[in-house]
Amino acid sequence: MSENSLAIRKFSDLANPTRFLALADRLLPWLAGLAALFFIAGLWLSFTTEGDYQQGETVRIMYVHVPAAWLSMMCYSVMALAALGTLVWRHPLADVSSRAAAPIGACFTFLALVTGSLWGKPMWGTWWVWDARLTSVFVLFLMYLGLMALNRAIDDPARSSKVSAVLVLVGFVNIPIIKFSVEWWNTLHQPASVMRLDGPTIDPEFLWPLIAMAIAFTLLFFTLHIAAMRNEILRRRVTALRRLAARSAGRGARTK
Amino acid sequence: MMSHAAYVFTSYGIATLTVLGLIAWVVLDGRARRRELAELEASGIRRRSAEAASGETR
Repeated sequence: MSENSLAIRKFSDLANPTRFLALADRLLPWLAGLAALFFIAGLWLSFTTEGDYQQGETVRIMYVHVPAAWLSMMCYSVMALAALGTLVWRHPLADVSSRAAAPIGACFTFLALVTGSLWGKPMWGTWWVWDARLTSVFVLFLMYLGLMALNRAIDDPARSSKVSAVLVLVGFVNIPIIKFSVEWWNTLHQPASVMRLDGPTIDPEFLWPLIAMAIAFTLLFFTLHIAAMRNEILRRRVTALRRLAARSAGRGARTK
Repeated sequence: MMSHAAYVFTSYGIATLTVLGLIAWVVLDGRARRRELAELEASGIRRRSAEAASGETR
């Protein structure tokens, strides 16, 4: 068997929710443990490294703010991929993945906004400005909330999945806007200093804790996402079984 | 006017609360769903695949 078809088979094996549940049970303890280790290392580095010569202690806010902001965008990208999976390949777990990711993404976007505000007040002298970066991230937060509301409003996943997937894909236009807002417009927010074509311009003293925290947050995201997907599968099973029970009870009543 | 350290600790405090809240929600949601499934199963309602696996017939 060629490598390619093996990879496709592995991917479609995952389409079986029971297999996914078994895989999730095996994977989750490792992911959670690894995330915890990286959090210990990251937090230790965050508080033992030097402060900035201009920003002082407040530079430590960066180690939470930047990973949260990265995740807010990565989570939406995961949802956009899942939306493609729903619309193009009709992968049965794609909608589960997208639905499970929305509340997690909303939480990380909330964190990015709040910690940004708490960093902005001492450094910029203001909690909030309506510049392009801050506004586009705020729009992302509203989109997460909107998607969560939509997913709740339509009970039947079979009907909500397509509407939700189209909305996620339309909203994806916001992600490059967030990323490049600091270059396209004149913003109070600084431009990128880590993810740059010419390499990071940030001092290694700040880069290491930042990388450790970014890995920790990413591992945390995948742990929570897989666990939330498992919950969503179980929720759908409960709904299906209740419907089955109601139907068989109805049949029993008619035959009497 | 708060000191710089206060801004740092407030940030980490809110981050900790949010992350712990998220973890608690995922864990409790999972437990509640498992309990519901167990209750349904106890009342004799099972998924067809689970019935086939245990060899039961109706």
